[in-house]
Amino acid sequence: MITKATVIAVIKDIAARIDKDWQYLTELDQVIGDGDHGINMHRGFTAVLQKLPEDRDIGAILKSVGMTLVSTVGGAAGPLYGTAFMKMGVKLAGKEEITREELLEAFDEAVAGIKQRGHAVRGEKTILDALEPALDVLKAGGSWDEAVKAAEDGIEYTKTIIATKGRASYLGERSIGHQDPGATSVTLMLKACADAAK
Amino acid sequence: MKKLINNPEHVVDEMLNGIAKAHPEYVKRLEGFEILVRANKADKVALVSGGGSGHEPSHGGLVGTGMLDGAVAGAVFTSPTPDQVFEAIKAVDAGKGVLLVIKNYTGDVMNFEMAAEMAEAEGIKVDKVVVNDDVAVKDSLWTVGRRGVAGTVLVHKIAGAYAEAGAELSEVKRIAEKVIANVRTMGMAIEPCTVPAAGKPGFDLKDDEMEMGIGIHGEPGTYRAPLKTANEIADEMLGKILADREFKDVAVLVNGFGGTPVMELYVVNNHVNDVLASKGIKVYKTIVGNYMTSIEMQGCSITLLELDDELKKGLNAKADTIAFRC
Repeated sequence: MITKATVIAVIKDIAARIDKDWQYLTELDQVIGDGDHGINMHRGFTAVLQKLPEDRDIGAILKSVGMTLVSTVGGAAGPLYGTAFMKMGVKLAGKEEITREELLEAFDEAVAGIKQRGHAVRGEKTILDALEPALDVLKAGGSWDEAVKAAEDGIEYTKTIIATKGRASYLGERSIGHQDPGATSVTLMLKACADAAK
Repeated sequence: MKKLINNPEHVVDEMLNGIAKAHPEYVKRLEGFEILVRANKADKVALVSGGGSGHEPSHGGLVGTGMLDGAVAGAVFTSPTPDQVFEAIKAVDAGKGVLLVIKNYTGDVMNFEMAAEMAEAEGIKVDKVVVNDDVAVKDSLWTVGRRGVAGTVLVHKIAGAYAEAGAELSEVKRIAEKVIANVRTMGMAIEPCTVPAAGKPGFDLKDDEMEMGIGIHGEPGTYRAPLKTANEIADEMLGKILADREFKDVAVLVNGFGGTPVMELYVVNNHVNDVLASKGIKVYKTIVGNYMTSIEMQGCSITLLELDDELKKGLNAKADTIAFRC
């Protein structure tokens, strides 16, 4: 079982990783986007830590993370990550602990939410190119380390394709050769999950 | 970076307060939010627009009679968040519905859509239009579509006129969509702009270079070329616009990006009007000035709007805002 304490620890670890790497995320975004991804994510997760309702259930905690991201991040990442966390929160409402299956079902909801909000599918140089392969591995019974590896392969894949979503799409072929900042930040979140699973 | 500011983080907040203090007869700031609304709420369909800051006088300067009811200001070049847009919707709704005028950027569309969902959940009637007038960006399966740029001002003007005259939400939306279908814009820059928080320009241009197909966020354009004369540049921009659709009877907007003297905008307009006349395109109305800027970027955009009687009526209706009066 995955306890509430683990969920809280993962959220705090994600915030710590973004605090460490936000400049790197911004540099990635300066090349093919508008150079604010790290700045916006850092502002968002700083607020998440301040507002984390640790005494509530897992669903309520994840919903709070999502609401905070939506109201503080802005740009495209705010609605996308915010929707993902809120969808997970709805799926896990009232739970004090969850099974791996329940977690994966919640991840499915998150992916569906991102697709719906961003009108995106895999192969468009977005968060989905790292998140979906990782989720596929987990659903097939793979380990968290294998899932992270799949996400990292997904980041590498984003270097080879043209962006068709977001501001990077205006660059057309000039976006080839650069990795997607969103795929990078979601992989960072998956790494926090993998570390907690150890 | 050399800017007349106190702290990059306080620019938007201080600017909004500055606007509200300068023009209390037109706008007031919603306390605790990055929102300007009309000083006197109107009993009609309301128009809300907004986006990242840095495009002043858009959109706060276009709040007033015959145009917008509320403007939401995000951080510089960053879309405002849904909770802010939601507050604006709630503040201006008079029970007759709210039309959101969104510029076509991924972040803006998502944040405004979420706000619309929040408002609908509270029983407020909301609809939206997305402006995508920039011919520099390819409209294909491979992009998120054309960017929304200076043509947005004409959407505010004409849809705003019909809302002011008492049209219903569906009718105001139909008019806005007709303007969007008929409007095209092309932009260029000779000097970049600097986002206060970033501290350095979005791109570098040599003294003898220009960036064609520029957007309004300091992002690079579609291609770089040697600097030419104003007439040659205007020819190139008009060529791109006129190749995109047929124009017969138009409104012209020569829009400055913030750093170009009005003198030079009129130089550009002089040639634009001549070229259109030589092609047999009737110029019904011309607007020249800084309406959709990109902080201190030097350059301009040319917008053409194909008119019919319905759009002419909206264009001629009274507007009384900080930055646009007629």
